[in-house]
Amino acid sequence: MGITSENGTLFSAKQIVTGIKIMNDRCNGLGGGFAAYGLYPEYKDYYALHILLKKFELKDEVEELLKDSVNIYKDEEIETRPVATIPPDYVPWRFFVDVPERVEGSSDDYIINLAMDVNKIDGALVVSSGKNMGVFKATGYPHEVAHLYKLENYKAHTWLAHGRYPTNTRGWWGGAHPFSILDWSIVHNGEITSYGTNKRFLELYGYQCNFFTDSEVLAYLWDLLVRRHKLSVERASEVLAPPFWEKIEKMPLNEREIIEALRITYAPAMVNGPFGIVVATGSGLTGIACENTMIGLSDRIKLRPLVCANNDGYTYIASEESAIRAVCQHPEKVWAPAAGKPTVAKVNAYV
Amino acid sequence: MHMYSAVPEFRVNIDRDRCRLCQRCIENCSFDALDWRDDKVKSFDDRCVGCQRCVSMCPKDAITLTRTPSVMSRHPTWTEDIRRDIYAQSRTGAVILASTGNELHERVVFDNLLLDACQVTNPAIDPLREPIELRTYIGKKPRILELEGEGENVKLKTKLAPKLKLDTPIMIAQMSYGAISLEAHEALARAVVMRGTTMGSGEGGLHKRLYPYADHIIVQVASGRFGVHPEYLDVAAGVEIKIGQGAKPGIGGHLPGAKITEEISETRMIPVGTDAISPAPHHDIYSIEDLAQLVNSLKEATRYKKPVFVKIAAVHNVAAISSGVTRAGADAIVIDGFRAGTGATPKIIRDNVGIPIEFALASVDQRLRDEGIRNETSIIASGSIRSSGDVAKAIALGADAVKIGTAALIALGCTVCKRCYTGKCAWGIATQDPQLRSRLDVEEGARRVSNLLSAWSIELKEILGAAGINSIESLRGNRDRLRGFGLDHTSLEILGVEAAGT
Repeated sequence: MGITSENGTLFSAKQIVTGIKIMNDRCNGLGGGFAAYGLYPEYKDYYALHILLKKFELKDEVEELLKDSVNIYKDEEIETRPVATIPPDYVPWRFFVDVPERVEGSSDDYIINLAMDVNKIDGALVVSSGKNMGVFKATGYPHEVAHLYKLENYKAHTWLAHGRYPTNTRGWWGGAHPFSILDWSIVHNGEITSYGTNKRFLELYGYQCNFFTDSEVLAYLWDLLVRRHKLSVERASEVLAPPFWEKIEKMPLNEREIIEALRITYAPAMVNGPFGIVVATGSGLTGIACENTMIGLSDRIKLRPLVCANNDGYTYIASEESAIRAVCQHPEKVWAPAAGKPTVAKVNAYV
Repeated sequence: MHMYSAVPEFRVNIDRDRCRLCQRCIENCSFDALDWRDDKVKSFDDRCVGCQRCVSMCPKDAITLTRTPSVMSRHPTWTEDIRRDIYAQSRTGAVILASTGNELHERVVFDNLLLDACQVTNPAIDPLREPIELRTYIGKKPRILELEGEGENVKLKTKLAPKLKLDTPIMIAQMSYGAISLEAHEALARAVVMRGTTMGSGEGGLHKRLYPYADHIIVQVASGRFGVHPEYLDVAAGVEIKIGQGAKPGIGGHLPGAKITEEISETRMIPVGTDAISPAPHHDIYSIEDLAQLVNSLKEATRYKKPVFVKIAAVHNVAAISSGVTRAGADAIVIDGFRAGTGATPKIIRDNVGIPIEFALASVDQRLRDEGIRNETSIIASGSIRSSGDVAKAIALGADAVKIGTAALIALGCTVCKRCYTGKCAWGIATQDPQLRSRLDVEEGARRVSNLLSAWSIELKEILGAAGINSIESLRGNRDRLRGFGLDHTSLEILGVEAAGT
């Protein structure tokens, strides 16, 4: 589920927690998580690294590694409270860092590589690495995870939430959604049947999959297509959930050429199998003009539900209409987007 | 000196009660294994190759073939086959010729690989209800696609390399006119046109009768350079340089002068009755840089409009070679495994040289990925693709498409009697004898090959649908959807596949 305020108003986690809780029968307590944007206005120019540590002592090792690569502006434990149903497997920590001037090339790529290096430390896991945003996740139902991380203390202009029912890998903190890289985060309802193809394609561009779960590839695919290959959100959606050839053939010539070329070039980036996803990105990506955006997208034959609504400057996207109605009883507009057609909500104000 | 002479492999049994003495069997036996003696059909079993022609032509079903029971003492090392070969060679002093593919190694790695299907957590897709796409593009793909302009005026900035569009990822392999009959060639050509795929011309040029189908034909440029001229390159869908083939890596070809008829002479551009010899190497390719020159010459000659393929046999160092071939500019690499078929090859080479396509394919795909050049070429796997299951497994291992040879000939009626090299094919396939050729009905043959391609394509859709995939590109290189069983750890590692149960 995702909620965004298009004029950039910061709002509490209350709505998203209420909405996602309605869908508790879609998850089984083995993974819940949230992403929030507009979270750290004071530190909005720094990369906020949310890192899960298997034990407190690992913090020094991570810090050593970070010190060698980036300037650490501030670091602190992410506050939690004990929750009986959540195993205290990890200590969450946040670092605000920036990339030293001596580093050549894209600082975003530099941070990705750094995150992948941190992940190589046994027991350390970077769960988000964007600016002015962060991911909070753990084993448990989403509302329990919100309680664990004291999300009532945070405000954001965009919230994503997810409750997991693990089917292909075990339930663990790192396996919960959202999956995030730089400013991207993603929650996924479904199972990707093209995972092996997508994963091996991403490896060609330097992405390493570390979370043992299919949904992870989606975050990297968005990063590759939009940030690095500079496709628009709409074009990237056409890569992930492309129209069928039969439909392409009926398109006007120029459009047909473009879509054909996209399908041919990015064939291994096509995501197959059922998915309903909500993706969010911030405005902190370098190299492209990117706004804070929330996107809803389903697979090309819509094997998973996805419902959208607008009300009073807010956009809601969820697997069920009930989740939206739980927090916004009478939306101005409710619709089910067509298969493979992205719903794009932009946050207009720079925040 | 009297030596043991092996008993014939087959015994022709004629049911005298059923036989109505029509002699149709005698007319049909191109190996002279049947004759009319003393007012009845007499068999000469030592000449019988087991091609089944007489069996299927007998109107009374009076003929059956049985394998002669072994009368030799058994020995695990000195098998009957080995002893037969030694007797033959001690008699002739010659290389033993053979046809079709490797007979020595029975275990097929594809059979130790299993495909996946959806259960509960994601839905299988019913190909009868939902579209499932098989369309495949062969050729170089850009690493990044750039667009320019805004909104309505957005255009492609990246120019795509020449590519081949296939409606199904199954192509027909390179088999020459000369090795097979013109009728067989035309039947294959009609079938690929019907199914939106391609066939290879083989190295014997392209008969004028096939020009109408040429936009579905990949013409071959092999070491003999037979039949290569500007129009040949112009009319084709693509050009393929043959470096080697899986049935005889490192070995050239030899079409005896007796087979060089008027028509073959014209197509191959050599005099009637002269031997057509394809040298083992291309005499202008003694290393990789020479290959690059030929690739570029052919691109130049086709004005950079057609993909150039390079076919190599799966030899030990196939991964490194493929990397070189990719960097030489090949738009597609055809890798021919050690089981691949042929019209004629020294048996010892056929059975002992080269490696299985499954390992070759997996290691080439991985190597090109490791070097970041996988998008620079397409990989086509060939050599013993027997079913749509093999097609799916090859694609999951990393192939863009596959080529079939023997399977297509079986669809034309080949019974795998393994006597292609004799030129006496009783089914009109691997022969130039006008009378034998007339046995192959081009239209019916085309329909059968087309049916096979169609049947396999439907099965591929079933396989994809069961795996919850609605487009072939999501199976390509998707080794997660394969599991191995009965394979050792090293094999699994090379294949990049987990063991069943993990």
